[in-house]
Amino acid sequence: MRLRRGSSTGAKGSASLFAALGDETRLELVRRLCHAGPMSITRLSAGANVTRQAITKHLRVMEGAGLVHSHRHGRESVWQLDQQHLEAARRYLETISKQWDDALARLRSFVED
Amino acid sequence: MGTDRIEKQVLLRAPLKRVWRALSDSTEFGSWFGVKFEGGFVPGARVRGAIVGTTVDPEVARHQKQYEGTPFEIEIEEMEPECLLSFRWHPGGTDPDIDYSMEPTTLVRFTLEQVADGVMLTVTESGFDRIPLARRAKVFQQNEHGWAIQVNLIREYLVGAA
Repeated sequence: MRLRRGSSTGAKGSASLFAALGDETRLELVRRLCHAGPMSITRLSAGANVTRQAITKHLRVMEGAGLVHSHRHGRESVWQLDQQHLEAARRYLETISKQWDDALARLRSFVED
Repeated sequence: MGTDRIEKQVLLRAPLKRVWRALSDSTEFGSWFGVKFEGGFVPGARVRGAIVGTTVDPEVARHQKQYEGTPFEIEIEEMEPECLLSFRWHPGGTDPDIDYSMEPTTLVRFTLEQVADGVMLTVTESGFDRIPLARRAKVFQQNEHGWAIQVNLIREYLVGAA
């Protein structure tokens, strides 16, 4: 399989990343790409209750935010997640995780006193 | 993706009864957590409170000043004495200009287990994948500064207590 990168997204602020995900259809697309790996536009559109054109439009928005990118495979576009940009979600969890570490350290001082 | 859930475990060298009181008594919970609650913890209860500043470090207190008095609400789900406390809340819900009430909550569970050296406390928080990503980004920005000094505060606090 020969892969060719889609349009380059360049450096984007995380603000556009989060704006791009503020939509149920897009979140669902991310979820599916996340669980099933790279998928063709045909597979992504199958079973969706919006048109293939609408799906493509959503994917383009997410591509602009650096969330996904596509390459051609034969006559089809295959889309996949840009894991790097999903780092933000992981970092969020790290923030909360840190807060728990701090809170539990306080709890420990509190009960071990 | 592994972004939905956090799990923490800590060994507390204290009697089970003591740990349970620190969790189940809203005044005690509030004092280590940094919140002043208006009522007690009862299964099914929505308990309102407000964020209070720490007294440990003046610099941190100054930073926390901006959140002081921010309303805070948790909804108690289960309470099994000396065993389990669970509640729902809005993680990072400290922006007074945002109405969080319509947003999804995360579930926090404290489970206690008596072990030889004390109590093994496991905390899980789950449901993050349902939190709008825009909100997650915001929490991250809010806390980026907060952490660094929070970590220092804890260090000071623990060194002082040791």
